[in-house]
Amino acid sequence: MVQLTLPKNSQVKKGRTWPKPEGATKTRAFKVYRYDPDSGENPRWDTYEVDMDRCGPMVLDALFFIKNEIDTTLAFRRSCREGICGSCSMNIGGRNTIACTAGIDEYKGTVTIAPLPHQPVIKDLVPDLTNFYAQLTSIQPYLQTDTPTPQGEWRQSIEDREKLDGLYECILCASCSTACPSYWWNSDKYLGPAALLQAYRWIADSRDEATGDRLDDLEDPFKLYRCHTIMNCAQVCPKGLNPAEAIGKIKELLVERQA
Amino acid sequence: MTDFRTPLSKVRGLGSARSGVGHFIGQRISAIALVVLMPIFLFSIASNVGGGYEETTAFLGSPFGAILTLLAMTAALYHMRLGLQTVVEDYIHKPATKAVLLIGNTLICAGLWLAVLYSVLALAS
Repeated sequence: MVQLTLPKNSQVKKGRTWPKPEGATKTRAFKVYRYDPDSGENPRWDTYEVDMDRCGPMVLDALFFIKNEIDTTLAFRRSCREGICGSCSMNIGGRNTIACTAGIDEYKGTVTIAPLPHQPVIKDLVPDLTNFYAQLTSIQPYLQTDTPTPQGEWRQSIEDREKLDGLYECILCASCSTACPSYWWNSDKYLGPAALLQAYRWIADSRDEATGDRLDDLEDPFKLYRCHTIMNCAQVCPKGLNPAEAIGKIKELLVERQA
Repeated sequence: MTDFRTPLSKVRGLGSARSGVGHFIGQRISAIALVVLMPIFLFSIASNVGGGYEETTAFLGSPFGAILTLLAMTAALYHMRLGLQTVVEDYIHKPATKAVLLIGNTLICAGLWLAVLYSVLALAS
């Protein structure tokens, strides 16, 4: 049966409330998930007061403030700080998103920050996405052709190129897959919205010659058909993409080739 | 036991089952059939309420009543089997429990369908 409760050593305890930074007049509280597997202790919620007069407008800025000014032991991933690398994906205010494009003013009261749900935690806000990346590798996200490579480039009409809009923009932040209940229960077998969106991105590519093989590999009760159109993926995508629609199109193509 | 399998090997697992589209089509078609059949079936049954035993059995045994009942119940039980199969596959991960529930689901739905078939045929004859 699906495990609905956390094991004892994963139950999150009440943590430490850090004092307000000295001289701060305008502060916001951030409740942050803390976990260090080396300590042997349970995870905990630490609360930090961030001085808004000395902090940028985004949630990622607040995390930087905490790490630089209050508690250097806080671990989180980040890189581009402009919504293109997908590193700082986490669960903010109960919703998966990327911290660099999430404005602090979008949240009311204390801002709760946790790692992406239902993934093993390496430390604090850093999830282990090994399985997620392996799933992406498994759908072979690159152009596959048998025709000898042309002298110039593989040509594509403007109309065919437009079919990739809404697909190629994915930054692989894993917000969608880790927001999907079907992925929570069956991520060992179900590829999840992110990998399936990428799969469709290559199926929809007019230059690719492996469409049939790609569909063969996806036609599976678990790899593809665990999507029950719950739509959490489309709700949380920080790039405004719709993985559920892409999955629906894969299902349509599988029906089309039957008739 | 230390697991030395690579993440990709685990994800690829036993490969694609090359099936699932039949289930998908069956579920959608039976759903469309139910949208049409169920209101007619329920309306027909409801309009016989108060008519007594004789009138109801006569309706279910009539060509229209018998065929309507069989169509509606076939679509409903087929749809139920496919839906419950999905629920079991989603939530039950122990292989033995899963097998028992999946087989049980099929047998119970098939049994219910045969009961409907027998009853309608008995009333129609």
